[in-house]
Amino acid sequence: MSDLWRDAWTLARKDLLIEYRSRTAFLSAAVFTVLVLLVFVFGRDPTAVAAVDLAPSALWVTFTFAAMLALNRAFQLELENQAFDGLLLSPASRWSLFLGKLVGNLVFVGSIEALGLPLFVLFFNVSLGTSLFPLIGVLALATVGFVAVGTLFSAMAIRTRFAELMLPVLLLPFVLPPLMWAAQATTALLAARPLSEIRGSLYFLAAYDIVFVTVSILLFPFLVEE
Amino acid sequence: MKLARVGFAITVVSFVLLAGVYVRAFAFTPIEAAQGPAQKIFYIHMPAAVWTEIAVILLGIAGIFFLFLKDKRLDRFAEASAEVGTALGAVVLGTGPIWGKTVWGTWWAWEPRLTLFLLLFLLLVGYLILRGAVTDDVLRPRYAAVLGICCMIVVPFVHLSVYMFRGLHPDPVVIKPSRPSLPPEMLLTLGLSFAVFTLLYIGFVAQRVALARLREESGHA
Repeated sequence: MSDLWRDAWTLARKDLLIEYRSRTAFLSAAVFTVLVLLVFVFGRDPTAVAAVDLAPSALWVTFTFAAMLALNRAFQLELENQAFDGLLLSPASRWSLFLGKLVGNLVFVGSIEALGLPLFVLFFNVSLGTSLFPLIGVLALATVGFVAVGTLFSAMAIRTRFAELMLPVLLLPFVLPPLMWAAQATTALLAARPLSEIRGSLYFLAAYDIVFVTVSILLFPFLVEE
Repeated sequence: MKLARVGFAITVVSFVLLAGVYVRAFAFTPIEAAQGPAQKIFYIHMPAAVWTEIAVILLGIAGIFFLFLKDKRLDRFAEASAEVGTALGAVVLGTGPIWGKTVWGTWWAWEPRLTLFLLLFLLLVGYLILRGAVTDDVLRPRYAAVLGICCMIVVPFVHLSVYMFRGLHPDPVVIKPSRPSLPPEMLLTLGLSFAVFTLLYIGFVAQRVALARLREESGHA
């Protein structure tokens, strides 16, 4: 068990270190986030649609697409010089490879969200007040499930034709249910509704996370066996 | 070759029976009071929808067994089931708006059940796209199996979400916690139609499996 996590952390650390040194993917994803938010701000007629009405959709569309960029990158990195074969030859178990990629992706997507959320609050002029922490909770729950499925699928997508297009086509139908719950919870939070109203959505998100993290861990070894 | 011929025979028989079901639906089944004749489309719509879902579930089950047994036949079946499911899903998405226009007054409503069925359909389309995009013959069945299993697992979530939202779609009239609320004549017609769609599914899948085998033998998989 400790080996599993140690190997996973080694791999995640490697990915994050590469990212930290080059910063290309992070910077492009960050700029992308700002640009998508801007598209939403300018794509709205301020006299007809109040910013707060559009805010939940803007938030979730932005984060979904930004995360998609990050997920595509996770295994793309390993394609060069057959690095992935090297990983498979290493004594690390397949599960720890998956967990490592998952943790790396979660940190990456989490940082993008940490950057995007204040911008979102600024651009859309929403007053979060006491709903800040519940909103962070909703973000975290939705992100875990989404990134778990995304990590699994990106391992497949990179070895297909039209790899960049394949991931969104496969992944979006899977993330629409959690996105629906998350967006509804966000709408309720931004309207300062009581927390009891979003309890259902939170349960769904948590159930989705538990099921899909488990399934992804179990299925990943089948994708990479030779 | 034999499988293809059997599949073709079953398909022909089920089309004839489907015509029979519609004779019964129009001539011997009462017209629904609130929805009028438009309700007759329900006898295609509902069995096709149920079979689309069953096709997704079978896809997942075939996937699980494939990962352990590595039997090519399971992969052929999964491919066939996905394709037939997609076709039936298209029937559902085609008949739904026709009914919706008459009863709701709109072709399409962003209503949870519709949205989620569309999602189910897109899952299947995604599965078929993935199959087309993997060039490696060893990887293709394995990737397809993994995706098929995920598709099956996401279906309950899709269903659970339906009950979270209140929508325009009629509530279930047959499979629900209490007794079916459909009148017995309609229930019988629906039952017959469901049986015919079962045959139709079997006929289509048998033909599609035979085609997949032919393609493999000729090296055009």
